[in-house]
Amino acid sequence: MKKKVLTVDDSRTIRNMLLVTLNNAGFETIQAEDGVEGLEVLEDCNPDVIVTDINMPRLDGFGFIEGVRRNERYRAVPILVLTTESDAEKKNRARQAGATGWIVKPFDPVKLIDAIERVTA
Amino acid sequence: MDMNEIKEIFFQECEEQLAELESGLLKLNDGDRDPETVNAVFRAVHSIKGGAGAFGLDDLVSFAHVFETTLDCVRSNKLEPNQDVLKVMLKSADVLADLVTASRDGGGVDEGRSRGLVKELEALARGEMPSGGASAEPAKPAAAKPAAAKAAPAPAVAPTDDSGFQPIPFTFDGFGGEEEAVMAPTTFEVQFKPRRELYAKGNEAALLLRDLSRVGEMSINCDTSALPAFDKLDPEEAYFSWTIAVKTNKNEQDIRSVFEFAEWDCDLDVKVAQTVAEDLPMVPVPFDLSALDDDAGADDGNDGAEDQTVANAVSAAETASNVTKLAAAAARVEKKESQSAAAAAAAANAANAANSAGQTIRVDLDRVDRLINLVGELVINQAMLSQSVIENDTTGTSAINMGLEELQQLTREIQDSVMAIRAQPVKPVFQRMSRIVREVADMVGKSIRLVTEGENTEVDKTVIDKLAEPLTHMIRNAVDHGIESPEKREASGKNPEGTVKLTAKHRSGRIVIELQDDGAGINRERVRQKAIDNDLIAADSNLTDEEIDNLIFMPGFSTADKISDISGRGVGMDVVKRSIQALGGRISISSRPGQGSTFTMSLPLTLAVLDGMVVTVAGQTLVVPLTAIVETLQPEASAIHSFGANQRLISIRNSFCPLVDVGRILNFRGTQANPVEGVALLVESEGGGQRALMVDAIQGQRQVVIKSLEANYTHVPGIAAATILGDGRVALILDVDAVVAASRGQSLRQDSGMKSDMSLQATG
Amino acid sequence: MSYAGKNLVQGSRELIAFRIGDQEFCVNIMSVREIRGWTKATALPHSPSYVMGVINLRGAVLPIIDLSARLGMRKAEPTQRHVFIVAQVKKRVVGLLVEAVSDILTVTDENIQPVPEVSSELEKQYARGILAIDKRMICLIELDALIPDTESEAA
Repeated sequence: MKKKVLTVDDSRTIRNMLLVTLNNAGFETIQAEDGVEGLEVLEDCNPDVIVTDINMPRLDGFGFIEGVRRNERYRAVPILVLTTESDAEKKNRARQAGATGWIVKPFDPVKLIDAIERVTA
Repeated sequence: MDMNEIKEIFFQECEEQLAELESGLLKLNDGDRDPETVNAVFRAVHSIKGGAGAFGLDDLVSFAHVFETTLDCVRSNKLEPNQDVLKVMLKSADVLADLVTASRDGGGVDEGRSRGLVKELEALARGEMPSGGASAEPAKPAAAKPAAAKAAPAPAVAPTDDSGFQPIPFTFDGFGGEEEAVMAPTTFEVQFKPRRELYAKGNEAALLLRDLSRVGEMSINCDTSALPAFDKLDPEEAYFSWTIAVKTNKNEQDIRSVFEFAEWDCDLDVKVAQTVAEDLPMVPVPFDLSALDDDAGADDGNDGAEDQTVANAVSAAETASNVTKLAAAAARVEKKESQSAAAAAAAANAANAANSAGQTIRVDLDRVDRLINLVGELVINQAMLSQSVIENDTTGTSAINMGLEELQQLTREIQDSVMAIRAQPVKPVFQRMSRIVREVADMVGKSIRLVTEGENTEVDKTVIDKLAEPLTHMIRNAVDHGIESPEKREASGKNPEGTVKLTAKHRSGRIVIELQDDGAGINRERVRQKAIDNDLIAADSNLTDEEIDNLIFMPGFSTADKISDISGRGVGMDVVKRSIQALGGRISISSRPGQGSTFTMSLPLTLAVLDGMVVTVAGQTLVVPLTAIVETLQPEASAIHSFGANQRLISIRNSFCPLVDVGRILNFRGTQANPVEGVALLVESEGGGQRALMVDAIQGQRQVVIKSLEANYTHVPGIAAATILGDGRVALILDVDAVVAASRGQSLRQDSGMKSDMSLQATG
Repeated sequence: MSYAGKNLVQGSRELIAFRIGDQEFCVNIMSVREIRGWTKATALPHSPSYVMGVINLRGAVLPIIDLSARLGMRKAEPTQRHVFIVAQVKKRVVGLLVEAVSDILTVTDENIQPVPEVSSELEKQYARGILAIDKRMICLIELDALIPDTESEAA
């Protein structure tokens, strides 16, 4: 069965890259444009792993992760954070919010798939 | 979709983000301190940087990074976005836009400028105020410096050379599994004890062990001694710990990086094993991934006996992580009943929720244009069909007529809907103008604020696209010539900072755009003199203020004493006027000495269709735009009065209005028409006055599809465009303003008449 | 195209010949889009005398040039038998009113003789060569030279 990935990113460019990369790697991809939509979609799509951006309108990545971790059904889903900054402060905040791991942008398909493979069976 | 298409999307998105950035900065400039505004500005730059990084657009990335860093200081309240700071930021936004353009279309940017701004931005991030800012608050380096350094380690170390910021690539090379047989294998002993947070964050011990097995040959021991009795068991607690021996060519760092995501949430100890401890039952692990499958036990029968211990160790790990899953599953079961009942509804709701919030699709403009053309043809065909039915249907009854009416209704609706697709807010054009104001004001050493209003007013995209050029020219003029120097302004008791106001609004089926400056206004004496010098008017001609002001639209008129780099360029307001007219628009100016000038442009909302009155003039069928017509009347002989040599006036409710013989002006007939035999169309002309256009008869009103005459021919004086009527023939659309202008002052008419004659001869 | 290509030797070209009054002219077939029967044109105000007006060609507005008048001859008195040669001139499409299309010629450059010295500027402007075919004289004309191009000058 295809693994299902939920991606949450406000940038159309990055969303399209995620879509192409994940589809090519044989994942099923569901996309949301910000944290609020991500939480809405979550209920319906039951993802195996979530990839999320941090800086987003309406609800940012930190808030989104916290939302997922509060959800009884989905709190154990691995969440990878897409982050442009390699600085520890942001990673730490993401971790405190409950992120499983991170992928440092610039976006690189190999890194993305690697990271997903790491956190999923 | 391939990378090139995504790149295309990226550049589209950049345009949007740049617009977002600029409008956010302008809001901040106006004193808006809403954190969401700051966030939106930050996000715009951040997004551009993110996409640019993915495409390896290094120049763009490095500039965006520096910009972002400084914006982050604003976001975290370490930097007050005062006017001086925003000046730097607005310029940076301009450079960022240039970099985007250069990345897309090739070509370079002003490197000196961008490098200078990088320095200024970095200085701001360090808490230093811009040097030029006299009103700048004293810098607080003590407070700002460490914060800035913390938020932006990269620029602190990165030299501002061309390569600039380079994100440190993060690799997972250690997991490739390829042998790098350089060193002799070392055996590491890894102590790994997860805490419950590790599982809570979605990490799994089993997966970490799997990844570890890829680093080298692995022996493993699981300590289950902490596991309590079943009734005391907390399904979310972490009870197991592992001791693993890894024999590998790789180094300690490679092993640690396996635990990169987990190191905060576990006790991890990695050291080079001195001796393999004998009391631990260590077994080499050919790591079996199937153990991680849900149904691993069922299909896996070929495990050797000696692997059994390993399988146990791994399944213990699996158990530990599965416990959380079970807990989640239990929660799921509880909810299941109520959920399944509402399942269908919920699914529908979710789908709706995803669709509701202003969903848009992006469509290639060509497709929309093709649709519009087709609808145009449909309108014409429908009209032709109606006409032939009317001509052939002598019975006059018929379902056909009703069907035709419905068809007409539908056609009209389709057309309106299609036109709505092309309607866009004028915002992007207005935003471009703010950059022009900044740059020109900078160049001429003036301080000018652009105020915009009604930027969300929508108009057809073609109109928007064609509006940019004349508007740019007018803005340049307003900044360069309209607004006085700060010294002059102060001397006359004005605010040294000038204001240019750009407004858009809808008015009676058209869009009206106003450009207002609070400068010195038109110097009428100078304009008049110039017009006389250039033989545009006779030295003794008696002109009203309005007429003098409008002289600036005459061909070849320029009041600038010397041609400046900014608005000289040999293009005058006549070109502006012509391009506005080419859009079916009108432009006029009103000016008050010492208080400024206002240019008013009125443009059609679409260039595709027009509501018109179909009339007959000297045997020709013409269409008069309905928006121009105030009323129609049947002149009586008693209302017509001769005036002067060959002027005639018509009296309407006690006022006298000049009669304009359309047939004469268009040269369709040699002699004056008798007004009593025709119909008068009372029109409002651009200068504000009314004129009565004489036509022979009115055929009716209808919507017509506008066809360009210029596409295959050339501009025809007095004619705005063409259309195709129901009989399949071309009808001309009257340019009311041009006809009125031609009928107006003798000198003006002769001039324009001569000009067109000359041009036509030139073409012959 | 491919048919023409097969039958053409190097350096040869195809021309469309047509009649105006008692004279014959021809233009390069590459610039001809189609031939259409006559329809009444809508007159344009303030237009040169050789511009008869505009017609609707499948939704596009096409100016009609009275080629006879344009070439300095009598103004045409169009009848139902007249035809329009729809031709592409630079970026524009125009209709040329002629009496009839008479021939399609395949000629090589050697068949084209230079224009004799004539006094009229107009002939010099548009005539590019003379062809002698079956004792007929056919004048090759250059459409680009006949049709005004730049709008900026005209407007």
